[in-house]
Amino acid sequence: MMLSSSEAAERSTLGWILLGMKGIASPPALILTTAFFGFAGLCREAGISWEEAAFMTGMVWALPAKIILLGAITAGTSLPAAAFAVALSSLRMMPMVVALMPELRGAKTRTPTLLFLSHFVAITAWVFAMERMESVPRDKRAAYFGGFAVTLTAINTVLVAVVFNLMGQLPALATGALAFLTPVYFFTSLYGSARDITGRLALFCGMAALPPAHWLSPGYELLTAGIGGGFVAYLSARIIAARRSAA
Amino acid sequence: MADWTYSNVVPWWPYVFILLAGWLPTDIWRYLGVVSASRIDETSEAAKLARTIATALVAAVIAQLVFFPTGALADIPLPVRFGSLAAGFAAYQLSRRRILAGIIAAELVIGGWALVAILI
Repeated sequence: MMLSSSEAAERSTLGWILLGMKGIASPPALILTTAFFGFAGLCREAGISWEEAAFMTGMVWALPAKIILLGAITAGTSLPAAAFAVALSSLRMMPMVVALMPELRGAKTRTPTLLFLSHFVAITAWVFAMERMESVPRDKRAAYFGGFAVTLTAINTVLVAVVFNLMGQLPALATGALAFLTPVYFFTSLYGSARDITGRLALFCGMAALPPAHWLSPGYELLTAGIGGGFVAYLSARIIAARRSAA
Repeated sequence: MADWTYSNVVPWWPYVFILLAGWLPTDIWRYLGVVSASRIDETSEAAKLARTIATALVAAVIAQLVFFPTGALADIPLPVRFGSLAAGFAAYQLSRRRILAGIIAAELVIGGWALVAILI
């Protein structure tokens, strides 16, 4: 986003909300929308109704959590076990929100507003916000983020309902190819939004840690790989920084 | 419903199941993030560590989809999935970081494999 500072200062709150809404036409949002085509297909395969699929999209919103929930429904997992698996996968929402809040909060932003907006935090909205917040005036950031994130969730909720009903039986290959949009999108957008070497190291360490974690702690591999890989990336970046400043 | 699994025998039960097994265990972390963030300085080492772990967790989800997928993705062989991600990243870098270029390159690899698989 290239905005001159005077232009940014003049824009009203409504203007920022509308600008945020326009963000749903950005590549990350459009790509996520494509991934929801794949999700609608998965819901159909799982045998839930279109109302339940749309309800899940709006209420859970994070795509990995929904895929785990859908897997639990298909497998006939008991409610406590399903909730536990989803809680493990959604644990990453907390550090994401912690990282986002200082960017989002203005002097007058109230906590209830932030609690409401936090529901719409998932990887796409998080990456979008972390990339663009710097060019938004601090007192307009909540409006800008809300305009983008709430619209994105609403549109995809409707989309899941519509696609679910339109799609007869998408061939497995097409569903697979659509589903693979998600990892490629997450990988490239996280690489692009990494502020320094720490973010890139985290991306590679988290991925590299998954196969051993899968073998060491089946069922908890995401958590093990994420926390383990995250620590390794953080410590490596510190060592690199220390060496650079010493040289 | 007796064993607390998903079923649609009772019309409202699927929604309660989705709320308790999906919404609650996801939003609780978001709310905890909001509540605890006010006590954390964005530039502090703790915030940096939180950001790094968040990124690594998403990276783990990516690796999960590439290395150990379920459903329709599992029908695509591992070398094709890995090659697709690698081609996507290469195209992304070569195109001066256009995510769309990366996506198209990755999908071309899967499409190419599908074409070969159908022909053989």
